Amino acid sequence: MRSITIGESTFSCQPDETVLETLLRENVQIPNGCRQGLCQACLMRSLDNSPPVSAQAGLKDTLQKQNYFLACVCHPEQDMTIALPNQRGASIEACVIRKQLLTPDIVHLVLEYQTQFNFFAGQFVNLKRPDGLTRSYSIANIPQHENILEFHIRRLPNGQFSSWVYDELEVGTLLTVSEAQGSCHYLPGREEQPLMLVGTGSGLAPLYGIIADALAQNHSGPIHLFHGSRDLNGLYFIDEMRELAAEFDNFHYTACLSGEDIESGHVRGRAHDIALSSIETLSGWRVFLCGHPEMVNQTKRMAFMKGASMGDIYTDAFHVLQVEK
Amino acid sequence: MSDSQESTANQTLYEKLGGEAAVNAAVDIFYRKVLADYRINRFFDNSDMEKQAAKQKAFLTMAFGGPNNYNGTDMRNAHARLVKMGLNSSHFDAVMEHLGATLIELSVPQELIAQAAAIAESTRNDVLGK
Repeated sequence: MRSITIGESTFSCQPDETVLETLLRENVQIPNGCRQGLCQACLMRSLDNSPPVSAQAGLKDTLQKQNYFLACVCHPEQDMTIALPNQRGASIEACVIRKQLLTPDIVHLVLEYQTQFNFFAGQFVNLKRPDGLTRSYSIANIPQHENILEFHIRRLPNGQFSSWVYDELEVGTLLTVSEAQGSCHYLPGREEQPLMLVGTGSGLAPLYGIIADALAQNHSGPIHLFHGSRDLNGLYFIDEMRELAAEFDNFHYTACLSGEDIESGHVRGRAHDIALSSIETLSGWRVFLCGHPEMVNQTKRMAFMKGASMGDIYTDAFHVLQVEK
Repeated sequence: MSDSQESTANQTLYEKLGGEAAVNAAVDIFYRKVLADYRINRFFDNSDMEKQAAKQKAFLTMAFGGPNNYNGTDMRNAHARLVKMGLNSSHFDAVMEHLGATLIELSVPQELIAQAAAIAESTRNDVLGK
């Protein structure tokens, strides 16, 4: 008999029982619906071993890689320690080692950590400052030996956390970093597939990580990045991107400005409009969309209508927390 | 497996259509047709696309005669909000049209399309809350 551990409790999974059946029998509240592995309401994650492959059918490949599974069709093959998607694992501490303005609106923050920390470039973490205030930011670098995490933090009007990062945060400060989260990241395989990436503002952060990851893993298909902002204050890493395009034949970079002021070298228009109109069909493409929620949701739909398969569209919408005053 | 004729005769509709692989091939095509149809896409406008696609997959699996836990009450509850928005038989017809067109696009033989359509048709009253 296999045992199932969730939080502080451990239960025995009877022969022929699914994980969902065991948990419901033990009165553990688990969202569920179709109970046949389709609706994905009972999505859970294995924290130790890989779940049975059959319990991952139909899930996005990035979720499969992170050991997510559907409890209603999971017959455990070994003991499992599991969690609901919103139950988070252990946090780590990280020290600010660099802080630098990229534009008047966006700061580049680099943290260093000492403990073991796993992430995929493009995932996000919650950063918590000493008094507990917490915000989510995307990781902009790929996992390396140096144990650093990079972030591009945009200053929001009345943004409590971002203003604090700008005005007060000093090199040497310790921040608490949650486990890495999110399914918008690169996976090796299908390396000839063309990639389209569209980001607005600091949506470039996860995309930058994803591109670096794809190139480091020898992605050979064309990689098209469209980075957009209303004005120049939201565009950054322009030189870095142009250098990358010069270095890698398969990487193409288009900077888009949707506002009034336009400088030479940038395309006028919204990044997702430019991206979608410059590519005839997205059938067979892998698509990454990060930044403004409206842009992400609209473009997701348009990319799907233009032929991209639903499983090949990866998104990270940057929702801004509305704080009451 | 030596007597292929017999195994074909014993196959379920789901097996004849190609099982889960066929559902996977159909779901993007079908959902794209639904979203492109101005007659019905307003019923899908505010939905999470991934969750919607998972539901379409459940629907297609059922229509293909595959394993399902169809529950009329759940179907009614899930569509009650849409019925209030004006969901009626003409919209159901449009979805049936897209199901047929999807299967034609996948070169499914006419007789199997008719069988799948008959299963889908059996959900009409539950979907429309009648």
